[in-house]
Amino acid sequence: MMDTTSILERAHREDYGRIVATLIRVLDGDFGAAEEVVQDAFAAALKQWPREGVPREPAGWLMRVARNKAVDRMRRSARLEARVGELEAVAPSVDAAEWQTLPDDSLRLLFTCCHPALSPEAQVALALRCLCGLTTEQIARAFLVSPATLAQRLVRAQRKIRTARIPYVIPEPEALAERTEGVLHTLYLVFSEGYAATDGPALLRVDLCEEALRLARLARSLLPEDAEVASLRALMLLHHSRRRARVAADGGLVLLDRQDRSLWDGAQRDEGLAELESALGMGARGAYTVQAAIAALHAQAPRAEDTDWAQIAALYARLVVLTPGPVVALNHAAAVAMARGPEHGLSLVDDLEASGRLADYHLLPAARADLLRRLGRKDEAVSAYRRALAMVRTAPERRFLEARLRELLAE
Amino acid sequence: MKYLLMIYENEKAAETLSEADVQRVMGEYGTFEAAIKQSGHFISGEELEPTAAATTVRIRDGKRLTTDGPFAETREQLGGFFLVEARDLDEAIGIASRIPSARSGSVEVRPVREFTMPQD
Repeated sequence: MMDTTSILERAHREDYGRIVATLIRVLDGDFGAAEEVVQDAFAAALKQWPREGVPREPAGWLMRVARNKAVDRMRRSARLEARVGELEAVAPSVDAAEWQTLPDDSLRLLFTCCHPALSPEAQVALALRCLCGLTTEQIARAFLVSPATLAQRLVRAQRKIRTARIPYVIPEPEALAERTEGVLHTLYLVFSEGYAATDGPALLRVDLCEEALRLARLARSLLPEDAEVASLRALMLLHHSRRRARVAADGGLVLLDRQDRSLWDGAQRDEGLAELESALGMGARGAYTVQAAIAALHAQAPRAEDTDWAQIAALYARLVVLTPGPVVALNHAAAVAMARGPEHGLSLVDDLEASGRLADYHLLPAARADLLRRLGRKDEAVSAYRRALAMVRTAPERRFLEARLRELLAE
Repeated sequence: MKYLLMIYENEKAAETLSEADVQRVMGEYGTFEAAIKQSGHFISGEELEPTAAATTVRIRDGKRLTTDGPFAETREQLGGFFLVEARDLDEAIGIASRIPSARSGSVEVRPVREFTMPQD
């Protein structure tokens, strides 16, 4: 039996975005007010549930309380009296079946957050905040900006939504094209944040990955002919199918080459492979497609040693051209090391380090350490592991690096 | 809600247009304006004389300073506007994208601030 706090935490992770999305609609696009009433509802639950017991349908309870708070708020501002009736029609009960059939406002919220009238940075920050319930601090850390800067960015974006009257709708078909890129980029970042959390005790935030997948499926049904949407969905499915094998019993990270492949979710992998097929059929050639193709090659190898590294290295070389960036370059180096030997990978990693572009990214010294270890240069490998440990942020990754270092020192 | 659609174009480039091109653009504007009148979005709209005809006024320390200009440092200058009524930003963007000059210059879409009288 879960205690009240964990039930509440789970409700926050899984339902926050949906509740906020609905409240924004009924509060006429007022993001700030919607967030406030939803936070008030969670605060009320924190007080009442331990005393009175957890309601049968926690999400429905939260929605109802948030709605009531929104009604109170509107009553106080008499001008909005007319909308109160409409608001009262939302989530009138806490019944589980009704919660399931409530209209899904998440996609509408996603498209509003990704309106091209907002800056790209604001789009993603707003989506992570409103849709996924990430705190300002967590988003700031993911973007490497100060919480104050990010808070200001969010306030400006919300003000623009209100003053320029950015509509809270899924856009008309003719406006969809210019909006898709931002939406996909946001979904990609939400998934990435869940797949490799930038901070905190847990390595994966499965709830964020699942929310991204759910929205990707909705986007796919909205844009069935869009090759990039299909590619992104394929990429997410192929990665997510490995989730059970990526974390060890002790919560530690298990790298691809040591994963128990029987734990992979075969049905999800097959769905991902089919999505990639249909994306390629639509002529997909973009960055999501290349990444999905890499994930597919991993997914199709029965054992780690069967992996087609030559083809993966070639795909990474393509990705470096499509989306130049130091993290992609690091992945390319790792693939080259597997395809042609660690010394080839190491020279690419050294080039990258000399460029100074990844000065505080723990995976650079971690990758270097691994290559040095494979080349038998033990002392250099030990000092590279120590440098990586000085930068790492999540507990499971720290334990992983510590274990590798211990193994090396014991040799 | 009202939106001001401000049309920016390179004045220098506009001066070099042939007579036929000017006639074509005028025709396009005529069609566009008729369409947004028909659909009920049009409130007003004017073409402006070039910035060479403009005068700038400032009051500093209580004294009036009148100068020639503005001397446009930017590549594109305000050359005209439409004031329209639109449901929301998306509708305003849709109207702005049909302005003929959007293809050669740019159109800034700016909401007009609405003041609501307090009710008691």
